[in-house]
Amino acid sequence: MTEVLLQATGLRLAFGGVKAADNIDLGVMKGEFLAIIGPNGAGKTTFINMSTGYLRPNAGEITYEGRRITGMSPRAIVKLGIARSFQLPQLFIEHTVEQNIALAVASRDGIWSPLAPLMRPRYRDEARDLLARFGLSAIADTRADALNEGARKLADIAMAVALKPRLLLMDEPTSGVAASEKMAIVETLVNVLRDAKVTAVFVEHDMDVVERFADRVAVWSQGRIAALGPPDQVLNDPAVLRDVIGIERHA
Amino acid sequence: MRRYEPILALVLAAAMITAAIMAPWLRFVLTIALAKGIAVVGILLLLRAGQVSFGHALYVAFGAYVVAFLAPRLNDAVLLLAAAAVGAGILGLLIGLFVTRYRQIFFGMLNLAMSMVFYSLLEKLYHITHGSDGIRVEVMPVAGQALDRVAYEWSIFGIALALAFTVGLLVRLYLSSPMGEALAGIKTRETRLEFMGVPARGVLLSAYVMSAMLGGIGGAIIAMTSRHVTPLLAYWTSSGELVFIAILGGAGGVLGPFLGAAAFELVRIYAAASFADAWQLILGSVLLLVILFAPGGLWGMAARLLGKGGTR
Amino acid sequence: MAEWFQDNGLLLGLALLDGLSSAGLIFLVAVGLNLVFGVLRIINVAHGSLYAIGAYSAASIGIFLSGLGLPDWAAVPTLILSAALVGAILGPLIERFLLRRIYAQEEVVQLLVTFALFMILEDVQKLIWGVQPIHHDTAMRALGTIDVPFGADFIPFTNYQLFVLPGIAIVTLVGLALFLRRTLTGRVIVAVTTDREAASAMGIDAAKIFLLTFTFGAMLAALGGALSSPTAALVPGIGAQTIVLSFAVVATAGLGQIEGAALTSLMMGLGRSIAVYFEPELEVVVPYIIMVLVLLVRPQGLFGVIETRRV
Repeated sequence: MTEVLLQATGLRLAFGGVKAADNIDLGVMKGEFLAIIGPNGAGKTTFINMSTGYLRPNAGEITYEGRRITGMSPRAIVKLGIARSFQLPQLFIEHTVEQNIALAVASRDGIWSPLAPLMRPRYRDEARDLLARFGLSAIADTRADALNEGARKLADIAMAVALKPRLLLMDEPTSGVAASEKMAIVETLVNVLRDAKVTAVFVEHDMDVVERFADRVAVWSQGRIAALGPPDQVLNDPAVLRDVIGIERHA
Repeated sequence: MRRYEPILALVLAAAMITAAIMAPWLRFVLTIALAKGIAVVGILLLLRAGQVSFGHALYVAFGAYVVAFLAPRLNDAVLLLAAAAVGAGILGLLIGLFVTRYRQIFFGMLNLAMSMVFYSLLEKLYHITHGSDGIRVEVMPVAGQALDRVAYEWSIFGIALALAFTVGLLVRLYLSSPMGEALAGIKTRETRLEFMGVPARGVLLSAYVMSAMLGGIGGAIIAMTSRHVTPLLAYWTSSGELVFIAILGGAGGVLGPFLGAAAFELVRIYAAASFADAWQLILGSVLLLVILFAPGGLWGMAARLLGKGGTR
Repeated sequence: MAEWFQDNGLLLGLALLDGLSSAGLIFLVAVGLNLVFGVLRIINVAHGSLYAIGAYSAASIGIFLSGLGLPDWAAVPTLILSAALVGAILGPLIERFLLRRIYAQEEVVQLLVTFALFMILEDVQKLIWGVQPIHHDTAMRALGTIDVPFGADFIPFTNYQLFVLPGIAIVTLVGLALFLRRTLTGRVIVAVTTDREAASAMGIDAAKIFLLTFTFGAMLAALGGALSSPTAALVPGIGAQTIVLSFAVVATAGLGQIEGAALTSLMMGLGRSIAVYFEPELEVVVPYIIMVLVLLVRPQGLFGVIETRRV
């Protein structure tokens, strides 16, 4: 747990006058589950966007396994082993769930085979297996635009996992998921990730989820990291409770 | 529905051959329909990615003029077809490198612009192209065989039919391959493709080059059949016609373009013969009726008739 | 260089004047198309047909009224009124009975519906007005010509092309800009153009705005046609030529941009007429070259705004 997988140093990014990242230093340790919490608009998603090449920081750099990835395209970063899921699920809505996953599986080989079917046994079996592990087998043949929010969210994450990343960045994996099924879904998700030995960073609003599943918590507030440490420590810090969680629990 | 596609294709082919035997003028019309169908398969590819090219007649005209220009030197239908396909493919690659950076209206309009530039060149460079008079194409040998006119026309019809089958088969495989499904992904979630490590632009570009080649092949067959090429082949209304046929046929399967092209050409011939001044009016009305009352086009209607629903 | 001007100065002057008047016409048509596209998100291929019908109708009405003894000075107002009439009749008809049925459809389907309409209207136009050229230039003759000083020389030019065409285009541009910025309806149109989802979330009466915008766009197309009718003989195919040029303007200008449409029209009008006088082969190609160059540098169009996607 001491080896650094992803390291951000002196990261700065502002939109107009709003500072989404104001001199951020943050390391993600190999094997850990790091939760990022904080008020809306604080810059949490921006961190994921910068780490995956969707946005470029104004200053500072991000390294992955010691290699500088700032300035690389999303495509190149994926190839290095960093995948992400989205707050608003990004599914191919005219394809079935199984096809979505199979396409993600196929994309590991490059998709340049123009004549053999996508649904060849190798891709289909792996997609089915992954869906089973996510508990999504029942909706494998459902078109992605017909899913409910919880299923869309999980399918979105499953697509990212299908890329076999070593680091997975998840943007609010439980938002929109019904409260009654939330814990079960996260439990499933965490098991899948542990089995696959994936390091994970997730932006999260639900403190119960954070408390139960995160190894460490980073509190992101106004573009800065206000606190960083194990959940029991951070979530009991009076300043964090007042400034961050207090706001959230009433929001 | 997909399962019935090969059988339907054979039925359609048999019907076409029968019609061509019974009436020589139908042989001409159906050869043109097959040629346009091949070009429209190219439109179908781009529609899969959610993009509408409103300038694809460029490649059809290019293929046709390749035949017209090279026929004196490369006097064989088979060689000319290959030359038209390769030439259109290279042109498609050059233009595609530029236009695939754009989406939606910009993609459509840039294609339109390219085709109109080509149209203008064909019109204005009279000393090379003979402007709107066009260029005549003589009957030519096919695969080294010198043929009389009737045998020649049958050969071109046969080649068109064989190519239509080959193209249909290959594109059918392509569309359900990872590459083809990724192409469809451009329509719905292009961003996701990039985050899966798939170069969306590369996927679109390869489809664009294929569609340009299909346009070139279609154009070459048109030139060999009508034996007269004019700049009108590149005019924007011709591009509109191709999209028209794609929607008329229904964008569901690879058979749609051929169904659409056959219906289009037959309605056009019938309308032109019966109401010389109003054939566009009739075609336009047919198109409106199909769009408003038969979404999914002829392919969709066929699907419903076979009671299997689902056009995917 | 100085020598070139000595030889070609007059020609250049004529090209500039010609360019200015044709830019005015291009603008009227293209800005209508751009407004409609901005609000309805439909590329109206039949916009060119409305231009052609506007031109033919204005000529017919003009000829008819001249026969009744209409004084020549009233020819220009007649052109404008004919255009308003054509737009006011055809606009609502097309929007109500055709477009309204397809707002939920895919883009390609919408495009094709207007393409079908274009095909129909092309033949309707031929059935009504025939294929022989029609020419009615009272409006232009009535206003006479003026000698435009250019260096040491004078260029004789019609007042109609020099003042009326660019004048009406400028009045339209300014009027539109004020309308879109100062009136409630105008602001709603801008809101729908820039952010459709937010606008519909605000509970805007979309049906009314769509009808209004389309009718107005149709009037502008017809106005372009009507004002062009005294300057050239009307023949089949003018609609097809016009729409394809307007497409180029809209793509170059950027979505829903009226100032962009004005600047683009000016560039294309001038570019084209300079080509007419110096490299006639290039005339038709110039607008597309301009379009490609602009889009190379600014992929979202001259005045277009990049829509960033939130992920």
